[in-house]
Amino acid sequence: MTSQRIGVSTVRLVVNDEPHELEVDNRMSLLDLLRERLGATGTKKGCDHGQCGACTVLLGGRRVNSCLILAVAASGASVTTIEGVGDGTELHPLQRAFLEHDGYQCGYCTPGQICSAIAMIEEAAAGWPSAVSADVGAAKVSLDGEEIRERMSGNLCRCGAYVNIVAAIADVAGGRA
Amino acid sequence: MSVGEAVVRIEGRDKVTGAARYAGDIPVAGFAYGWVVQSTIARGRVSSVDDGEALARPGVLAVLHHGNAPRLGEADDATLLVLQDPRVPHLGWPVALVVATTAEEAREAAATLRIEYQVESHDAAFRAEHPRMYVPDHINPTYETETVKGDVDGALATAEVVVDATYTTPAQHNNPMEPHAAVAEWHDGRLTVHDSSQGAYAVKQALTRLFSLQPDAVRVVSEHVGGGFGNKGTARPHVVLAALGAAAVDRPVRVVLTRPQLYALTGYRTPIVQRVRLGAHRDGRLVALDHLASSQTSKVLEFTEQTALISRSMYASGALRTRHRVVALDVPTPRWMRAPGESPGSFALESAIDELAIACGVDPVELRIANEPESEPASGLPFSSRNLVACLREGARRFGWSGRDPRPALRRDGRWWRGTGVAAATYPARSNPSSASVTAEDDGRFTVRVTAADIGTGARTALTQVAADALQVPMSEVTVLIADSDFGPASVAGGSSGTASWSWAVVAACRDLLAQGAAAGTTAQANTGKAVAARPDLARHAYGAHFVEVAVDPHTGEVRVPRMLGAFAVGRIVNPLTARSQLIGGMTMGLSIALLEESTMDTRFGDFVNHDLANYHVAANADIQSIEAVFVDDPDDQLNPVGVKGLGEIGIVGATAALANAVWHATGVRHRDLPIRPDRVLNATYAV
Ligand code: FES
Ligand code: FES
Repeated sequence: MTSQRIGVSTVRLVVNDEPHELEVDNRMSLLDLLRERLGATGTKKGCDHGQCGACTVLLGGRRVNSCLILAVAASGASVTTIEGVGDGTELHPLQRAFLEHDGYQCGYCTPGQICSAIAMIEEAAAGWPSAVSADVGAAKVSLDGEEIRERMSGNLCRCGAYVNIVAAIADVAGGRA
Repeated sequence: MSVGEAVVRIEGRDKVTGAARYAGDIPVAGFAYGWVVQSTIARGRVSSVDDGEALARPGVLAVLHHGNAPRLGEADDATLLVLQDPRVPHLGWPVALVVATTAEEAREAAATLRIEYQVESHDAAFRAEHPRMYVPDHINPTYETETVKGDVDGALATAEVVVDATYTTPAQHNNPMEPHAAVAEWHDGRLTVHDSSQGAYAVKQALTRLFSLQPDAVRVVSEHVGGGFGNKGTARPHVVLAALGAAAVDRPVRVVLTRPQLYALTGYRTPIVQRVRLGAHRDGRLVALDHLASSQTSKVLEFTEQTALISRSMYASGALRTRHRVVALDVPTPRWMRAPGESPGSFALESAIDELAIACGVDPVELRIANEPESEPASGLPFSSRNLVACLREGARRFGWSGRDPRPALRRDGRWWRGTGVAAATYPARSNPSSASVTAEDDGRFTVRVTAADIGTGARTALTQVAADALQVPMSEVTVLIADSDFGPASVAGGSSGTASWSWAVVAACRDLLAQGAAAGTTAQANTGKAVAARPDLARHAYGAHFVEVAVDPHTGEVRVPRMLGAFAVGRIVNPLTARSQLIGGMTMGLSIALLEESTMDTRFGDFVNHDLANYHVAANADIQSIEAVFVDDPDDQLNPVGVKGLGEIGIVGATAALANAVWHATGVRHRDLPIRPDRVLNATYAV
């Protein structure tokens, strides 16, 4: 994590199963590292302030707003971005469901929505309650429409594709819940 | 036939895998980062720019300001004449551009700039009674400012029932998810730009004039665009700044605006005050309709929202008057936001119609039907088609409207008071001149080129369906390339005119190619300018009807919307999958502006204080429950070859009024000011 140059640190990251070691400006966010240094522009910047969810990636399997994390603070972590959620040739079931249900329009919020939904389904399966969960002690949460809407509200969609986003996620979560 | 089939978006896979590249994602070799510095005063002049510390910082390539930036030529739109003179016309006006090799360096250097101003007193306080309110020459884009038919005041004086009410809507910001971005590159005197734009050709034209270039020396590409809603309808300052920066440092420059920067630099919907006066017989038939709208513009550019336009075409009334006023303030320039005119205009008109229905004791669906006009009320033109009644009837049937008890504040459900509301919608069905070409490739496939934009509308897919049918081949045989100004002049993706305009040119080119024999290697071109101009004068409009159920908690002020249903007559549906999405998207934004959206001007500073997504609230997933859009049959052969009317705006028109009407039904309280915030619900006086 130290470097000879002032204001610069060495960061080691695994991104979509690929290891990287690079010197980064200490002021750089994880989002900018992905986009500007690794060319992984699938992750979008909608606000740079943790207010929109467009930059959502999986950090150690959990969803985070990558604009709120300094790249140096993520050193050593494993990151999955939209480019890495499929298995290389096959789309992730959520990616397929977004296509079928037209769960997007401009597509700008979409990578964040899909990454967020992947982690959200895991959270529910692990029994994490939300503000609308009737039984906060349940071992596992069944993802009905209300639960999905509540848990996906950190990902704004200005095109107003929410109805179809929920349908797409319910389609996939139905098999898991 | 491909047209009419539900087709998954052609670029869908790219969008769900992150492969789709938007303007800020384009990896142009060796580009530098431009950081926009905005004025901190609302009116005055820049007296000095001290860039010594900035230029001494590592990585900084240039600091551009009015004293050293390359000179620009002409512009139709003075908001693009940036860094040309020291004048500051509003807070947030660009006063400098810092260019550096990384974004971090540019941003930190920008913070070290010392900019001194000569401050002048400003006026950023909009009000309908403003003494400088004036009658503009025209309203957006080129409509007459006023129309008068019959004796409105006389008819109001003798009418059996009169509704006279004032409605307000606040400033609203488009807030597309993708902030405006552009990367500009100069090469041998040619300028190439990737821009987030709804109209690559319009941006090319603006840049051609600004930089005094030959038309073939500018290319603008906007392959994927992260929403716009009018906000990217024409060139915006960021693209000019990128081109200026690139000229100054002799390497490509990317400018990405921050979310807060959008609020002053890219447009918004003006705040509007509307007074609507309706006079009617006791049975609800109108004898007078008077609609007066007052809005603001900036001192840079006159933009008058066409708020009362909707009243010129909606209801039969012997006396009909529509008027607009505008005041130029020291504020950012308002521009198009989804359904400019009709969105706020329908809130006032369709709320007033609901008030009239209540005053007359007539069902609001039936009252609208009783006021159906034979021809367009203000112009007298025949309608090319008008299926509003079908929308109202079909919507009412599906929603379960019949048997609704019209009395307010009766339906309690625990802490929730429930109610339902209806409103009608209309939007002009425009077709604009466009050009397109189609090439028969050696492998038997076809390539269509048209400077269309797909900002989430599904245009790329719809045009592929249209082209396949015109060429009489399956969609898989056709590639449609869009959003490159080198493909020739074309309409902007705005005013719900995109697919109507582009599909016309695509069909004409495809038919021409077939007529020529479609030999491999041949290309046919079409320009619809003459054909569009040759159409007879008709009133061409899309229609819709919204039905909304709300649940209101008067003790917390919360308004929930369990159900929204829209029935729409929008001509031929090319792709029902994406058409439904676009309508639902409009309805979703309608709910959002009804309940949440409001840009608050701090008149002391001339600043929109809530300039980010934490403080400017747009609907989140949890705000939306059931929203459905259905189509009614709407054949119309007086539009364009495909018979499409456009879908981008009609979904938002009337949605706010339907919701406010439902809140009245739930609570007995009329909300004439948007948004219907919790404090407004909470502070209302309830009869019970
Ligand atoms: S860009 Fe990170 S939350 Fe908006
Ligand atoms: S698809 Fe455009 S913002 Fe969600």
